Parts: sequence; structure tokens; C-alpha cells
Amino acid sequence: MPEETPSHFSSPSVPSELQEPPLSTELAEDEATPESDVDVMAAAPEVLADSLGDYLRAYVVRIRSGESGALPIVAGLIVIIIFFQIERSRFGSAENLVNLFEQASLYIMLGAAQLFALILSEIDLSVGFVAGVGGMVIAELIGPPVNFPWWLGILGGVVVTAGIGYIQGTLITRLHVPSFVVTLAGLLFFEGVLIELASIDKQAVGGVMSISTSSVVYKLVNSNISVGVSWVILLVVLAIFAAVSLYGAARRRAQGLSASPLSITLFRIAAYAIGGIALVYVCSINRGLLIPLKGVPYVVPFVLLVLLVYSVMLGRTRLGRYMYAIGGNPEAARRAGIKVQGVRRIAFLFSAMTAGLAGLVYASTLGSVSTGVDGGTYTLYAVAAAVIGGASLFGGRGKPLHALLGGLVIAVVYNGLALMGISAAGQFIATAIVLLVAAAVDALVRRRGATTV
Amino acid sequence: MGNTGGAHCATETMSSTSNSPATASGKSSSNGAPLLELRGITKRFGPVQALTHINIEIPPGQVTALAGDNGAGKSVTIKTIAGLWPPDEGEILWEGKPVHFHGPRDAEAAGITTIYQDLALADNLDIVQNMFLGHEPLRHGLLDEATMELTAKATLKELSVRTIRSIRQPVASLSGGQRQSVAVAKAVMAKAKLVIMDEPTAALGVSQTRTVLSLIKRLASQGVAVLVVSHNLNDVFAVADRIVVLYLGNMVAQAPASEFDPSSVVDYMTTGRSGRSAGNGAAAGKEG
Repeated sequence: MPEETPSHFSSPSVPSELQEPPLSTELAEDEATPESDVDVMAAAPEVLADSLGDYLRAYVVRIRSGESGALPIVAGLIVIIIFFQIERSRFGSAENLVNLFEQASLYIMLGAAQLFALILSEIDLSVGFVAGVGGMVIAELIGPPVNFPWWLGILGGVVVTAGIGYIQGTLITRLHVPSFVVTLAGLLFFEGVLIELASIDKQAVGGVMSISTSSVVYKLVNSNISVGVSWVILLVVLAIFAAVSLYGAARRRAQGLSASPLSITLFRIAAYAIGGIALVYVCSINRGLLIPLKGVPYVVPFVLLVLLVYSVMLGRTRLGRYMYAIGGNPEAARRAGIKVQGVRRIAFLFSAMTAGLAGLVYASTLGSVSTGVDGGTYTLYAVAAAVIGGASLFGGRGKPLHALLGGLVIAVVYNGLALMGISAAGQFIATAIVLLVAAAVDALVRRRGATTV
Repeated sequence: MGNTGGAHCATETMSSTSNSPATASGKSSSNGAPLLELRGITKRFGPVQALTHINIEIPPGQVTALAGDNGAGKSVTIKTIAGLWPPDEGEILWEGKPVHFHGPRDAEAAGITTIYQDLALADNLDIVQNMFLGHEPLRHGLLDEATMELTAKATLKELSVRTIRSIRQPVASLSGGQRQSVAVAKAVMAKAKLVIMDEPTAALGVSQTRTVLSLIKRLASQGVAVLVVSHNLNDVFAVADRIVVLYLGNMVAQAPASEFDPSSVVDYMTTGRSGRSAGNGAAAGKEG
């Protein structure tokens, strides 16, 4: 027995050979093969990418490793917009574009809500009806007989929806029931709650709770920031953004940290400036038929502000970092001492709370909340917005910017097809195709990323 | 979630390890007290006797290899050290004092880091993010990326990890050997005094294995004790300063690596004893 087993250790000379100098401490020898490569690479791509060429090369590497970034979806969006503009010249009119921004606001907020679940590799199917409940609560709080001031009404809606999210999150983490099932139950449950709320409230005639047109909640979507103020806000925001980007990049480079090359920083600032200027310009064109109507609807900066807050939270705080870590590898997160279940609960809280804000946008857009909220479709649009924008269904990847882009795509498709007179059936089918293409690209990119290991 | 001083600690580790070159070549210097000592450790799972009166000494600044066939008790041993399972009998001496780990957190707090085969890295996060996961330094309440990146970079440099292009690339894009390097660097930053590595080369190719083995030696040369679990004897002889052999839950051999040769280790692994003295020509002849 002992005489036979050693045979698979080819020969005793192998280990002693391996024990020879190369391994002792002469590490340079060890990594000899790619030595020249290593030197080039060590100073290369994103770490010290000083030149544009280096940066672009690093960008390609990143796309291939599964981080496609925002450019492809922006390109896709532009293509769709050009298509609709050619088909219907009315698409590009100020009236329609502002209308489109308002439509997009809802999808963006829903996408942002879903994003929190997707990052953790979970799903929240209840966002549509939680949004409905949020809108209904706000409408009832600010309307008679409660007559809360607008801010207290909104706060009430946010607190209620956050509470809903916390309860759903607790069920998921404590009972270890998959989020799909818990939130599917939520989808049904909160549709029931919505109908019940409307039937209890005597003010809700026929299941419709209307909102006073003089209320701030109504004005969120239906009232505009004056043109002058819009431009001032835009300039201030752009100036701050440019200063922070340039100063941050310069400081990082001074410390010898990875920083994008100056040209990229400038390009990014230019892109945001063009987007911002186009937005404010379009909104400042008179779109009224009888009385002049111009300016940026309040909902636009509102949505952007929410996304900015979420961006900071996800990108620059421990909570956000932990969300991505759990989405990527929950076991690694657990071993790193992260309270995985606690972070999961908070993610569902944010998901539902953001759905509540989507409900606010919804209520403001329509001027009322009814039991006819199509929560099921909104839930699916929420998933679609996040996924089209670039969030991954497999978890660990997705930014508020993706919800913004995805929400815009859905709104553009929806709006454009409606202008072309295509039926609801066609709209659903077109949205489905866009979603499928986006998800397929995601899966493809992901697989390529995985095979590089 | 409350530790804001992660980066500071990490820098401290590096400076303290870098100015102790005395242990750098310490292959034969087992004269100091062991960092970790297992005394008469016994572990039972129901009727199964997993470990029987194990005595192991792990000195600082050296690579100790834990060899043994499947079922010899290697995993139970490292999990006992890592605080996952308390021993039924015997005691663990850490830096000369008896300790009782009630969980992996206790062991980590003491300075024992275990790198399991799955490495516990989040693929979607980049190298820096992975290295600091769970104890990110903060500045004005936000993540202090600059400190993290500088510290991570310095640590990787310290370990002579040079094949990594950018420390801002996601871990998903790294090779198996590079992932090991990141996991080791993470342990170094966590101020680990003892790094336990479970089959670090199991899934690696030839050149990556060499990279990881040299990394292990580099780690030991910085004064860190390394316990490598492996049943690949080539790797064991390539890195180990000391070899401990387990056989059916018993510690059957423990000595400097130079006192073994592959066939004697195999004998210990398969039969629990060896009749041959080290460097016996007969063994080589038989196999050739």
C-alpha cells in the first residue's frame, strides 16, 4: 500500500527543483514571462490614464468585463428619438417634449424604486401598488377632512410607504421567503388596500380621490419654474458640477490616484451642460395655446434631486457600498462583517419609499388618485426602466443614472408610438422588444465578463 | 459598521512589517516562541472523532504546511483555529496565552485571517472596494476613496503584486492567481498575524501557482505566520518552512521541511508513519 501511492508524485526531484532559487525571494524572476507587459500595464489604464487613448482602451476593457457604462444606452436613446422625429415632426415640439419629461418622471421614479431591489439581486413586485397607496395616502392627507399642509401630506405618504417596505423587507429576511413571493403577495395585498382606502374615504367619489389644483402636490408636475430662474439654477448647478469634477480630478491626480484624463472630465462636463441647456431651452419655449406657458416643471428638478441623493448614497456611503457587495457576493459581505439582513431590509425600505415618491408624481400628474391605478403594469415598467437603463437583474450592478436613462427610453417609446397613432397593443409590444434587447445585451456582456476569469 | 480607523490601522501594519527584516530569511529561526500553539486539541462530532490530541506549533514569519489525506482533519483543524468550532478538549495558546474563540470574529480580532478556497470576494466590486469591504474609512461621513486607494496600492506593492493592471478594475476581470493576491492583501491590511490559506493553489495553473507561492513566501518574510493547507506535495515543498502531517485525526509528524522528503510525507499521510529516513536513495530509486 505505501509503496504504491507515491507514484502520482511524478518524481522526488520535482519538488526540490521547485525549491530552487526562483521561488525563494527573487520575485522578479517569478513573474518573468509578462515582465515587459506588466510594466506597461502597471502604469496604464484607469490608474494613471493620462492620455485619452489609454482611457479609451481601459473603457473597452471595462465594457468587456461587464461594466458597459451609460454610453450605449444614451446612443440607443438618441437613435430612437431621431426615428420618432423623422416619423412625426410633432415629436420634437416643446409641448410634446415637456409632456414627455413629465411622463418620464414617473417611470424614472419607479425605476429608481426597483433599482434598490435589483442591486441586491432581489425583486420588488409591489412597487406599482405601493406607489398607488402612497399617492392615495398623500391625497387623503392633504384633502378634506384632514387638510394637512402639503409637506406633511408628502411626509405622511413617504413614512407609510417606507413602513411598508420595512415590513416586506423584514418578512423576506426573517422568514427567508424569497422577495419574489413576498412582494407578489404585496402586489395583491396593496391593490386591496388601495381599494379599501378609497371605499372608506367618503371624499373619494367612485374610487377617485382628487387633489385640489391649488395644492403644491398638484403643482409639482403642473406648474413651472419661471424661465429666468430655470436658467440661473442650471448655471449654478453646472458651475458647481464643473468645479467639483475638475477640482476632484486634479486633487486625485496630485495624490497619484486613478483619475480620468482631463479630456474625459471636460467631455463629461460638456455632455451634462448640453443636456441641461437643451432641457431648459426646450422648456423655455412657449408651449401654451391661448395663454403663454413656459418654464421647467418642478417635477424635473425634483426627480433629478432625488436621483442625486441616491447616487451619493449608493456611490459614496458605506450603506451603498454594502448594497453592491451583497448583490455581488452575499457570502463575502457576510464574512466582511456586514449585517446582510439589515442592509436587505433597508434596501426594501428604500424601494417602497421611492415607490411612494413615484406615487406622488403620479398623483400630481393626474390631479387625482383612483383605485384604477394600473399597479401591475407600473411594476413591470419599473423593472423594465432599471434593466433597460443598465441595471443587472443578477444583482450588484445599477445606478440611479440607469433608472433615469431607462425611464426616458420607456417614455420616449410610449410617447412616440402614441403620436404615431399606434394602439396600446403596439406600444406594449414595442416596449417588450426594447426590454428584451436591453436584457439580452446585459446577459451577453455579463457572460463575456465571466469568461475572462 | 462603526470602525472609522481602518485605513490608519492598515498603514500601521505595513510600516511595522516593513521594518522587521530580521525575520525575512528566517527559515531556520524557529527558536522564538510560537505565535499559535494547539495543545491536545480534541474535537468530536457525535460518534466521529475528528481530532485526537492534536499538538501543533505555528511560529511567526514562517510558512507552516498542513498536509494530510482527505478526512485527515485538516479542515477541522483550521476551522477550530479560525474560531468556527470550539474544541472539546485541549487549549489554544495565542502569543503564549490561552484563548477561547467564540466565533470567527474573535479570531479575526486577535489577528487570525482565514482565506477559504472561495476567497470571499465580490466580483462586481473593484480591488480597492474588496480590500476594504466591511471597514471602509470615512471622511465627512462619506467613503474616503483616496485613503483607500493609496493604502491598497501600497499594500499590493509591499507584497510585490505587480501583475494587476489597475486597482480600480472589478475583481471579475482578474485571474485566479490575482484573486488570491487580492485576498492575501486584504488579510495583510486587516493586520493579520496569522494567515490561514485553504488550498490556495487548488484551482490554479502552473504559472499562477508560482505567483501565489511566491506571494506566500513574501507574506512570511514580512513576519506573518502562514498556515497553508494543501495536499499538493509539490506546493508544500516549494513554500513550507515547516510541515505538519495529519493522519485520521492524529498529528503524526511535525518538523522543519528539510527533515522530510516527498516519500516520507506520503508515508505519513497514508499510513501515519514512515520507516524511511529523509533523503533515502532507495525511495527515489523505487519510483524512478
